[in-house]
Amino acid sequence: MIPADVHPPRASWTRDRGRVVLELSGDWQRGAAEPEITGEPTGSAPDAYATAALGDYDSTLPAFLLARIREGNPDKPSLDGLPPDLHGLLELALAVPEEVEARGTPAEVSEIQKLGTVSIRTWSGVRSIVDFTGHSMMSLGRFFTGRAHFRSREFWLIVQQCGAQALPIVSLISFLIGLIMAFVGNVQLANFGASLYVADLVGIAMVREMGVVMTAIIVSGRTGAAFAAHLGSMKANQEIDALRTFGFNPFDFLVLPRMLALVLMMPLLTIYANLIGMLGGMLVGAAVNIPPALYWYETLTVVNLENAFLGVFKSVFFGIVIAMSGCLQGMHAGNSSAAVGQATTRAVVASITTIIILDSAFAVIFTLLDI
Amino acid sequence: MQETTAQAPARAKIAVRGLTMAYGSFVVMRDLNFDVADKDIFVIMGGSGCGKSTLLRHLIGLQEPASGRVLFDGEDFTATPAAERARFIRRFGVMYQSGALWSSLTLAENIAMPLEEHTDLKAKAIRDLVSYKLALVGLSGYEDHYPAQISGGMNKRAGIARAMALDPDILFLDEPGAGLDPLSARRLDDLILRLRDGLGSTIVVVTHELASIFAIANQSVFLDSATRTQGATGNPADLRDHSDNPAVRLFLRRGGETAVPSNTTP
Repeated sequence: MIPADVHPPRASWTRDRGRVVLELSGDWQRGAAEPEITGEPTGSAPDAYATAALGDYDSTLPAFLLARIREGNPDKPSLDGLPPDLHGLLELALAVPEEVEARGTPAEVSEIQKLGTVSIRTWSGVRSIVDFTGHSMMSLGRFFTGRAHFRSREFWLIVQQCGAQALPIVSLISFLIGLIMAFVGNVQLANFGASLYVADLVGIAMVREMGVVMTAIIVSGRTGAAFAAHLGSMKANQEIDALRTFGFNPFDFLVLPRMLALVLMMPLLTIYANLIGMLGGMLVGAAVNIPPALYWYETLTVVNLENAFLGVFKSVFFGIVIAMSGCLQGMHAGNSSAAVGQATTRAVVASITTIIILDSAFAVIFTLLDI
Repeated sequence: MQETTAQAPARAKIAVRGLTMAYGSFVVMRDLNFDVADKDIFVIMGGSGCGKSTLLRHLIGLQEPASGRVLFDGEDFTATPAAERARFIRRFGVMYQSGALWSSLTLAENIAMPLEEHTDLKAKAIRDLVSYKLALVGLSGYEDHYPAQISGGMNKRAGIARAMALDPDILFLDEPGAGLDPLSARRLDDLILRLRDGLGSTIVVVTHELASIFAIANQSVFLDSATRTQGATGNPADLRDHSDNPAVRLFLRRGGETAVPSNTTP
């Protein structure tokens, strides 16, 4: 790369009648060796430059000079003796004084300060969740009193995206879950010659827990993330501000249709997932010599409406959780593409965590109520 | 006109030959022919939506022409397979319309990344270079800011600093002055002129700001949205006074205004 007749870059500090002179020589190219600095740096910026032996140079030279000038920090930096183009470039670089205040000061932070920062951040996080929930509920209230306004076209589009378009992935996952449970259950139950009870196991587990939880997790990852990313980029593009200035309430316009769509679609997806899961169990049953008709009959003896209702009941709450955490993170996202990514991550993590916690709470409540 | 531009290819830094740009069957501009000489400041001008930025995207290889060729130093860029274009692209510096800084990196990291990836410079030398490039665009001290923390105009200037990171042979600037206050825009024009003089770069600027066109350009091409081809090529001040294309004169005189005697003719 570097031609043979290139001279290594050199800079030497000299004194000439009380003036500090920086003598520059050689070729200052990016590919070249590091500049060799001789003479003692005086700590102050050069008063003049000697460039008689200076060869070719690119930006590395003015960058080097600017750093020396900044180190010395003179009131009026001198550019005497520099060739005109360098003179011009450095003049331009020095034209706007360094914005010292803009420089972040990574000052030492004491542990107590850190604790305080974390506490304040947590508190404001909690407040924003409460604030958001309040606004969403008010929006819901306006909807039920017929005063909320959103575009039905957009609502049905969201319904399609989070409902019908989720069917393939929900089918696959719940079929496999039913299959796995039946397979693992059969290994144990066969020891007692009670293989038929695989149908009970799969049926109860699907309608009470697995169907709704798996659906909720799929929808969190699919739809919750989409909500957060969509609203986050809308915020970054000032589209939400544009809604506000036209007098539209962003909660009515954006959050409400998403919440309603999930409240509508989650129960349907859950019922669908339950059925497909039982189908998966039935396949394993057929493989271990339980005829499908018998399997179905056995399932019907344990899965009654009460049981089946529990899962569907929970799915409504899970739908609300997914929609709210997606929309909350989206609307609170920062104004950059990286921030949209973070918001999406937070939305999915928050909704899955909340769903599992909520599900445990339901389990305790249902046990206490003896359902 | 095509006859004359088709010859004299050897010296041209960038040569555009019979370039037709299209999105599917929709033709944006057809039959463009012009040369950009070494150390030119070349302006691509024209009304909004006429395809200025699209032309820029064709020049830097982000879009493939429907027909025609783009040559750099006589070498055919268009015919080069995408995998071998790196040697061309390494010589380009591009500033995009809105800055297009990487939002997860600070300004300093934005400028340092190409230096770290493409050169063997030591960390300290890179730091000096980064501060110098930021100082050139008047952003000293903003090294540790993220793009989202500074204004749109500052993003734009930081975008120019990043485009200059590798001392490119050819600098492409997409609407550098748009959205800047008059003083910053003026400073930017000054910067562009000094960069050409100081670094010897060839600079291609997409803009429709007349003040800046007359201040910096020595050559230009006018894209005419009515005829969907180039309206004229030449020095903007000459075109304003002597072009035989009324659309060009109208554009360079902001509609019907009588031409003000100018002192910007180089």
